[in-house]
Amino acid sequence: MLFFSYFKDLVGQEVTVELKNDLAIRGTLHSVDQYLNIKLENTRVVDQDKYPHMLSVRNCFIRGSVVRYVQLPPDGVDVDLLHDAARREARGG
Amino acid sequence: MSWAGPEDIYLSTSLASYLDRKLLVLLRDGRKLMGTLRSFDQFANAVLEGACERVIVGEQYCDIPLGLYVIRGENVVLIGELDTEREELPPHMIRVSEADIKRAQKVEREASELRGTMRKRMEFLDFD
Repeated sequence: MLFFSYFKDLVGQEVTVELKNDLAIRGTLHSVDQYLNIKLENTRVVDQDKYPHMLSVRNCFIRGSVVRYVQLPPDGVDVDLLHDAARREARGG
Repeated sequence: MSWAGPEDIYLSTSLASYLDRKLLVLLRDGRKLMGTLRSFDQFANAVLEGACERVIVGEQYCDIPLGLYVIRGENVVLIGELDTEREELPPHMIRVSEADIKRAQKVEREASELRGTMRKRMEFLDFD
């Protein structure tokens, strides 16, 4: 639940999602759900020449189970807030 | 869990906003399927109507028609909405027949298998 809440607060930010198949997609975080499935808008693939089939894809749904990383802007993260939330979850859980 | 109202479709991560649209589905085995989304569920299982597989080998591509497909959600990597106002592929790519693309796939597969066996033969040498 912690990361679901965290990603909900990040909606509207530019992120780069790196998948387990090495595909990396940059886009605006549109929504996230309890499985950490991600919907991105205004997407563009990082290495476009390697993935020609993605040329006209502008919005996509990414299954949470295939995400390796979600790269965030460094100032998009309040690390202290996350740190406190994690401590609270650990205590409560 | 409360039921989503009609407005929630625009905010949530449900696939409802993709219904009846032409989509690109990337699968874990690297396949690229295209078709119209007719149904989905919480596991991202999907029903694609008029599905075809877009096979790309180098600069060549071919769309192989498949018909009505039910995709098990665990195989889904990404579901992308194709923007009809943009070119689906770079203009330099050449459309070829199914037989030609299958031949090109075989050549590519054999080349990578050869690279694999050569690498295995070299691995015992333990270069750093």
